[in-house]
Amino acid sequence: MNLKNQDIISINDLSKEDLLHILKVAKSMEKPNPNLLKNKSMATLFFEPSTRTRLSFIYAMESLGGEVLGFDNASSSSAKKGESLWDTAKIVEKYCDVMVIRHPGEGAARLAAEASGKPVINAGDGANQHPTQTLLDLYTIQKVKGTLNNLSIGMVGDLKYGRTVHSLTAAMSHFNPTFYFIAPQALQMPQTYLDELKEKGIKFVTESNLQKVSNKLDILYVTRIQKERFPDPVEYEKYKGYYKLDTKLLENVKKDLKIMHPLPRVDEMDKSLDNTPYAVYFEQAANGIPVRRALLALVLGKTK
Amino acid sequence: MKKELTISAIKDGTVIDHIPSNATFKVADILDLKSIKSMVSVATNLPSKHIGKKGIVKIAGKYLTQEEVNKIAIVAPDATVNIIENYGVKKKLKVSIPNQISRVIKCSNPNCITNVEKIETRFSVLSKNPFKIRCYYCERDMNKEDIEIV
Repeated sequence: MNLKNQDIISINDLSKEDLLHILKVAKSMEKPNPNLLKNKSMATLFFEPSTRTRLSFIYAMESLGGEVLGFDNASSSSAKKGESLWDTAKIVEKYCDVMVIRHPGEGAARLAAEASGKPVINAGDGANQHPTQTLLDLYTIQKVKGTLNNLSIGMVGDLKYGRTVHSLTAAMSHFNPTFYFIAPQALQMPQTYLDELKEKGIKFVTESNLQKVSNKLDILYVTRIQKERFPDPVEYEKYKGYYKLDTKLLENVKKDLKIMHPLPRVDEMDKSLDNTPYAVYFEQAANGIPVRRALLALVLGKTK
Repeated sequence: MKKELTISAIKDGTVIDHIPSNATFKVADILDLKSIKSMVSVATNLPSKHIGKKGIVKIAGKYLTQEEVNKIAIVAPDATVNIIENYGVKKKLKVSIPNQISRVIKCSNPNCITNVEKIETRFSVLSKNPFKIRCYYCERDMNKEDIEIV
């Protein structure tokens, strides 16, 4: 496969072979050629705040010798003057070789990709997709478990609104997993995703009590209850702080369980877990670098 | 008493019959009949043995293609479409839900970029019965009850 000039918009656009290929290239990008993307430029169009994603894209590009331009909030762009996203993308494509976009509108990256002749990488479009997060999650799982196949994956927290868990579910579905979806009923995995799993014959369990299933898990993926995704603040107040994981959790788990979290965390995961061998979330965040290097190099046609 | 046709027959063109009454003007919108220069007759609330009240659209001098006909499948799945030549039925077209739907439907997700920017909506049809579509942009699925015509 050749990802040169391809847009990276949705994890659903990538086949199992694409995913494995990107992970393979990412591995080779742990120690990359510092001049690989010399004379190439990346524009970051961040209409919404982000720390990790934006900084890791910038670092990934610069560590390959490329240049970076862009803005990091909508108020410093022409969007504030009422410019359409289509026009912004049309103009920015003239200044760059690859465009990275984060926007609150769902489908925004797809639209920007239609406007732009240069490849577009989606760095998050509202509650919809964040494919580079999913790829770094896969990369982390592969790295810490040595495989993606036949794993028991628990996901806990906001499974209703959390885009990372939706995309991770879709991506891991290629690798014969067993899913444990752990959330209060109101924040459970949406029925449409469960129906898709049933159709594909993938095993899953829905549960609200983490203790009941914690001993079965190879991976526990913890997510924050995201205030910004709740349409009703009263509903948010009801569920914030619903899960508070600490070292008590570890009494009944497999020795090689690994705990992941896309970060930022609020109070769902206690700091006491950080220095245990189970916690891999900081390593997970750092894995964004080789994965984003790989994507940049692939879409710019500088590696195959 | 001599029985008269509510709207007169056309010599050549397309007749769409058995449109549910509440969808008659939506059909006119979807087919963009207001931009057609030839004679167009639109009648609604006509008595119908099968569906209670129905609408009919007659377009003189224009032969709708199967693709155009399929666009009305969302609002009038049981409509009958006859292509008329010299006052006779030359061909009958069956309305069928297309695999891709553009423009006609509004995305039900308020955060979808199609509800923010002025762009045409696009959906892929996941299942025709039960009707289920997915937005090309925000990737949300919609059922029949979520549908709002643009």
